[in-house]
Amino acid sequence: MIDNYSQKLKERDGEFSLSESARQEIIELKNQYPSARSAILPALHIVQAQFGFIPAEPMEELAEILGILRGDVEQVVTFYRMYNQKPVGKFHVKVCDSISCYLRGSDELIEQGLHKLGTSLNETSADGKITLSKIECLAACASAPCLQVNDEYVYNVQPEDFDEILDTLKTAEKNPYFIP
Amino acid sequence: MAQQDQIFPPPPPLLTEKPPFEYQLLKHRAVPGFAKLDVYRANGGYKGLERTVTMQPDEVVNEMKASGLRGRGGAGFPAGMKWSFIPKVPGPKYVTCNTDESEPGTCKDHELIENNPHQLIEGVLITCYAIGSEYGFIYVRGEFARGIRVLKRAVEEARAAGLVGKNILGTNFNCEVIIHSGAGAYICGEESALLESLEGKRGYPRLRPPFPAVAGLYARPTVINNCETLSNVPHIMREGAAWYSSFGTEKTKGFRVYSLSGHVERPGTYELECGATFRTLINDLGGGAWKGRKIKAFIPGGSSTPMLAPTDEVLDTPMDFEGIAARGSMQGSAGVVVIDDQTCIVGAVLRLVEFYKDESCGKCTPCREGTQWLVQMLHRLEHGEGREGDLELISDVGGNIAGKSFCLLGDSAPVPYNSALKLFREEFEYHITHKTCMVGPRAGKQLAGVH
Repeated sequence: MIDNYSQKLKERDGEFSLSESARQEIIELKNQYPSARSAILPALHIVQAQFGFIPAEPMEELAEILGILRGDVEQVVTFYRMYNQKPVGKFHVKVCDSISCYLRGSDELIEQGLHKLGTSLNETSADGKITLSKIECLAACASAPCLQVNDEYVYNVQPEDFDEILDTLKTAEKNPYFIP
Repeated sequence: MAQQDQIFPPPPPLLTEKPPFEYQLLKHRAVPGFAKLDVYRANGGYKGLERTVTMQPDEVVNEMKASGLRGRGGAGFPAGMKWSFIPKVPGPKYVTCNTDESEPGTCKDHELIENNPHQLIEGVLITCYAIGSEYGFIYVRGEFARGIRVLKRAVEEARAAGLVGKNILGTNFNCEVIIHSGAGAYICGEESALLESLEGKRGYPRLRPPFPAVAGLYARPTVINNCETLSNVPHIMREGAAWYSSFGTEKTKGFRVYSLSGHVERPGTYELECGATFRTLINDLGGGAWKGRKIKAFIPGGSSTPMLAPTDEVLDTPMDFEGIAARGSMQGSAGVVVIDDQTCIVGAVLRLVEFYKDESCGKCTPCREGTQWLVQMLHRLEHGEGREGDLELISDVGGNIAGKSFCLLGDSAPVPYNSALKLFREEFEYHITHKTCMVGPRAGKQLAGVH
């Protein structure tokens, strides 16, 4: 029964294996905490950095490293919204639509972006580059409307800025909004 | 200036040469490169810790009590009191810092960790010393990816200087500071859900008692304080409780970082003495409503606090716990959101309540189901399909969430609607009778069937 499920997940996600460096990073992380299980959230960020989402196979590897069950990992993956359960575009653009951003035009920004990309919400553009989503409060309310490109912030986004952001991302190789 | 030395999120423009209040928590705005250890130390950094390690832990707790510092996360519980609840038992104890800032309208911790990381780390170390903990966890919401990088760099810098790790400052005080990243869940700002999350589980709140001071992280005695609260601690230990309590009002001491957002000319985070008035923040610093409009209402302390109408009496209210409570609302997280007179209040309330629906963890049925119903009914009201009796029905559903859930998320969900209904009942009724908005860009337009 369980193996069947495991097999099905593999068929769904394909073959994915943690890189040696990711594995090492996770082990180091685990050793920081008084209890290994505490490392699960940051460890899943490492998994996502490698694959862009959380495939089934690394969940098992992670469970094995931390000495917990795969179900323990899965229940975390399905609870926290930052973990992508399926692949997204190279650049995941997340526009905040909570109250402060809403009051300063986030809904219009989202409409504008979807129109420009020709996609619907959470759908990836045909070239695989951009997925546009809404997100709840990003805690940059005084710089509204704001958005994130993957995990990096862009503040005070005006309609003309947003067109430029999307144009930039179409041709970008690395995230241009990354600040060390 | 190199990009990494700039301040993010961008601060508001200064209106005068001097800031309205001499920077304490926001000193990085006055001194470039403040995230670096040498700059921080040259400006009084880690002097608080140096003094702390010469004192007995109990003396540190007493100093904190004397300072009158109250929690900046929302509840306003005296920090020194919280520390004193930690029982003197053998075995591990823990300190956790709540930097899971996600309350709509609040963006203070965001600036504090990205630009002034050592201030927080020093605060965590002092807290650990005071309660006898060898671990300080800083739980940062996962979206603050840069803040996490900055904090991790700062911890390594501090470690190299003998400020973190074994034998801190040459004493027998050992302490690890661990920067932990969340992964997107408002509920993890609730202290017991934060502990569950830190243990590597889903962020479901715990039933209390036992309280974290008795059985918190890994079922051990644990102190949980907000990021801004702990950022105050180094200043108190450096300058003394008497200095700190000379700021503020009778019952709310010190200074505070207010987040001002929404329909104002100059949104931003502003550091002010506790007890400054809304008028100072919203009108004098924020420039009042944008585009020459008028303020219709504002939320005084993050989306979970009841909104207020901007009467003279309200605007002259001192922003401290008691002052705002006297006006029927709460200080909360000090996130002030201003709504102008061209805004349909029904639309704004719908957006506020949608947040709670999306962020309900699903543990308690009243909150999980009730927030769905609230959104569904407000949605039909907003889109011209409201029915006779809907207002009472929404109140009724709200009343069945609040007080019937484990944590404050359920209590907060009906707050935007209840407070808006008190102030703008006619606008809600207009939506039912006229099937359209009374004010705003869609006023008078046919809305039914549009969505």
